Amino acid sequence: MTLFRGRRILAGAMTLVAAAALAACGSKTTDEKVSAGVTADTSGDTVKVGLLNSLSGTMAISEVTVRDSIMLAIEEINTAGGVLGKKIQPVGEDGASDWPTFAEKAEKLIREDRVAAVFGCWTSASRKAVKPVFEKHKALLFYPVQYEGLEQSPYIFYTGATTNQQIVPGLDYLKAQGAKSLYLVGSDYVFPRTANKIIKAYAEANGMTVLGEEYAPLGSTEFGTITNKVKSSGADAVFNTLNGDSNVAFFKEYKSAGLTATSMPVVSVSIAEEEVKSIGTQYLEGQLTAWNYYQTTPGAANEKFVAAYKAKYGKDKPTSDPMEAAYVSVYLWKAMVEKAGTFEVEQVRKASDGITFEAPEGLVTVDGATQHIAKTARVGKVGPDGLITEVWNSGKPITPDPYLKSYPWAGGLS
Amino acid sequence: MTVLIGQLFTGVSIGAVLLLIALGLALTFGQMGVINMAHGEFIMAGAYTTFVLQQVISAAGWSLLIALPVAFVVAGAMGVLLEFLLIRRLYARPLDTLLVTWGVSLILQQLARDIFGSPNVQTRAPELLTGNIALPGGITVANNRLFILALAGGAVVALTVALRITPLGRRIRAVVQNRDLAAVSGIATARVDRMTFFIGSGLAGIAGVALTLLGPIGPTMGTNLIIDAFLVVVVGGIGQLKGTVIVAFALGVLQATGEYLTTLSVAKVMVFVAIVAFLQWRPQGMFTLRTRSLA
Amino acid sequence: MTTVARDSRTVVDPAPPPAKPAAGPSRHRFRAVAGFAFGAALLFAVAPLVLSDFRLSLLAKYLCVAMVAIGIGLAWGRGGMLALGQGVFFGLGGYAMAMHLKLADAGPGNMPDFMLLYGQLDELPLWWRPFASPWFALPATVLLPMAVAFVLGSLVFRRRVRGAYFAILSQALAAAMVILLIGQQGTTGGTNGLTDIQGFFGYDLDDPVNQRMVYFIIAGTLLALLALARHLMQCRYGELLVAVRDGEERVRFLGYDPATVKLVAYVVAAGMAGLAGALFVPAVGIISPALIGIVPSIEFVIGVAVGGRATLLGPVLGAVAVAWARTALSERFPGGWTYLQGLLFVVVVAFLPGGLASLIGLARRGDGERWFGRLRRTRRTEGQAS
Repeated sequence: MTLFRGRRILAGAMTLVAAAALAACGSKTTDEKVSAGVTADTSGDTVKVGLLNSLSGTMAISEVTVRDSIMLAIEEINTAGGVLGKKIQPVGEDGASDWPTFAEKAEKLIREDRVAAVFGCWTSASRKAVKPVFEKHKALLFYPVQYEGLEQSPYIFYTGATTNQQIVPGLDYLKAQGAKSLYLVGSDYVFPRTANKIIKAYAEANGMTVLGEEYAPLGSTEFGTITNKVKSSGADAVFNTLNGDSNVAFFKEYKSAGLTATSMPVVSVSIAEEEVKSIGTQYLEGQLTAWNYYQTTPGAANEKFVAAYKAKYGKDKPTSDPMEAAYVSVYLWKAMVEKAGTFEVEQVRKASDGITFEAPEGLVTVDGATQHIAKTARVGKVGPDGLITEVWNSGKPITPDPYLKSYPWAGGLS
Repeated sequence: MTVLIGQLFTGVSIGAVLLLIALGLALTFGQMGVINMAHGEFIMAGAYTTFVLQQVISAAGWSLLIALPVAFVVAGAMGVLLEFLLIRRLYARPLDTLLVTWGVSLILQQLARDIFGSPNVQTRAPELLTGNIALPGGITVANNRLFILALAGGAVVALTVALRITPLGRRIRAVVQNRDLAAVSGIATARVDRMTFFIGSGLAGIAGVALTLLGPIGPTMGTNLIIDAFLVVVVGGIGQLKGTVIVAFALGVLQATGEYLTTLSVAKVMVFVAIVAFLQWRPQGMFTLRTRSLA
Repeated sequence: MTTVARDSRTVVDPAPPPAKPAAGPSRHRFRAVAGFAFGAALLFAVAPLVLSDFRLSLLAKYLCVAMVAIGIGLAWGRGGMLALGQGVFFGLGGYAMAMHLKLADAGPGNMPDFMLLYGQLDELPLWWRPFASPWFALPATVLLPMAVAFVLGSLVFRRRVRGAYFAILSQALAAAMVILLIGQQGTTGGTNGLTDIQGFFGYDLDDPVNQRMVYFIIAGTLLALLALARHLMQCRYGELLVAVRDGEERVRFLGYDPATVKLVAYVVAAGMAGLAGALFVPAVGIISPALIGIVPSIEFVIGVAVGGRATLLGPVLGAVAVAWARTALSERFPGGWTYLQGLLFVVVVAFLPGGLASLIGLARRGDGERWFGRLRRTRRTEGQAS
């Protein structure tokens, strides 16, 4: 115990030092905001943008293709002369499927690389992790994936669908087809749980019954029990919000149980062409998906996009909704910057309202109030060739409504 | 009643998958004490082997059957390479094998990503294995699950016979029971270790082929399975197979029951709690092989 | 124990007696004070001067990981218990702190933002309420993990579960905790975790000055924990702990209860991890299940192994080095950095069992041993549990 005395003094000294540092450095004043944002470095003849996607870990299966399509858009813009006369220089970072890493890398892109905008993130958890970072530094994030709504950050542009552009139209379609009862299957995380809340409210208001609701842990590959429950429920349709890997296991189990697209159709909101390819048409043929874009969507803009993507990454590589939304996000940013005449974030935000772009999915318009974009909703059917063909669309772009304020049945949700 | 029987079958089939992925570990971990975190990546190698073979042989049934021995050899060879390069230096430090093989598994995942691309790949199952058999009373039994059950059973029987009857099996058992005595009796223990590792890793390859019928084939498919597999071996007890077999099915049925009564997440936590409680009761697992080591 | 080397798996050297300082205690006390002063100068003066705000905030994050590493060094390096579930304790501390800060952000009587979004609750759940008070929440960040470790440890060690069994059990615990947290989205934030933490006891965390303050608190805490660990390693308890590691039965025959000896180290390690988690929250502004599962738990341990498990400073330096390498490699090679990371783990653990510390130890045989331990001593940390 004799050895201890010296150390106790030492520990005491350390505490003192820490306390002194605290007193010297702490500033409680919040009226004088020190962090007025980091201005992007646009001094040279290039402008840097950040790409933040998971290149490793469980989410890499989806996010790598998004990175690819962002790169394609940047390349096209650079060939056409860049933005405001400056070539875009992409700075890539790996979010590693880990939310705190996303926050760290976002901070690095903003503060060290001083990028003009960041494109990326996939899961809601990664978006929630970086949101405070972008708000703190007043920097821009373009988020390209359909999500659960109930969010509206002034420093994020949401180029994927919000709930009233994907889930609600999907339900409208099911209702029109005469579905009276639903079974909800989802992964255990934010998007499915929130989506299912909306679905239940919709069902209640529209005379449909929800016979059951099951969640599988992320990455789960055992769907025996869920399939048994779904089968014995005898529901008219299944609404599927499973994520990534789990879809593969679910559909393999689904077919083994003798369930088919005719006996009990499944509407999925996270299965795009890329996922169809990894699950196999053997299991998916005839099943339904709700999106805003398919590789088969008609139009010259899409033909050009698909051709360019295949030319760059390979003939067997499909294009999908999140890839398209990511591709569009780069062009939308370019249009906003050009309208504002500067890369300065606040000016770019102000210029965003009403920007339109002839996207592969059709005409899209930025809604400045919500910073979402108006998109056309589509429901499609998986064909034997692995492509999804449209069976229904909303006819015109749907105005984004992330908080579902214009839907009376959604009153109690947010 | 129908649901209950259906659920029982689900439990048994979960158990069969657990058994298949844990069987190789029962050898490498149970018999040799090596904590191989890259076992999951050997499973992945087996799955990708099926995928590659299907590019060559388009008939789904044949490519699956041929994939079984090929995946066994591919994963086994990877195992031998790992043993030769790293693990044989680490036999005195079993816990360090965990960290080293964790590093190896990171490398193998990235390798898979660079070779096959980040997205999952698909294999086609033979039509026969995507259907089901309808039993009286509305019970259906999925063919792919039956196939996996048969495969797991076959693997257990083959392994048991090999360990009991063949000269190699005798040597493996001798080395496990008393390494020093085996060595002075003229058994080349290093070679036996390598063969044990070959078989154990090869079994992971076979599990990988079977899993293509059930789940995704991608770079991270192994990470979801590895802890479950270790738990089966730990609870079953080290040094023999019957514990692994019993525990795999018991956990499978427990999981399925829990899933039915509550939710998947709660069932998973329930299984973990049951395992901790069980190890309180029998800290050395269900069955233990008495060895002469002072532990 | 065999003493004749027949093949690689027979452990060769008998444990050397725990290193008694050759020189008088006063000299060592002086050296320890000098060492701590040097460390303090580095952390408090040099680092803030040379690093940008962003890099300093990263360093704060690494130092939190280093705190966990000190505890692992104690439990594993000295006690032979491979604590592969430290993420659980890190998470308990982190969540306790984050819950308090979220409640403080929301203001008295209000509910945190995410609960309103996902929870559909009318009022704050009962188990959240005590965390509104800092007098409950702050002690809880340390005591909660310690209590859980106490219950678990007393169950497990008394039944003599050890070695690989203990390691795998710890991992199962971490996995179970993640699933549990994710399943309760309305009250825990689910996979998102608790994010967007604005204030720290009235100080605005967006302000770079206050972020610096958080860094200083973390650096000070780290030094204090180092002092605590050094004391534990050097007093009689530390010798007993090493004795349990090297021959549990022998210690039992001598009349000590090895379970209690191990339990103390395990509980202290859990407390350190909890404190680290609590300080991680204001430094990074987020706590999520992604930080406490199996993968981060293994990464904590790997930092310790890379640095040198049985030494005092090895785990700290290793943890900082591994965390720094992760950032640096992934910035330089976003596509292939996991190759390099995996390779680093493999090479160091397989070929340098004493960790990087043993390099310095080899270079400075005599003196280095005091701080970094000797290579052959660290080879024996497994407790031979097979």
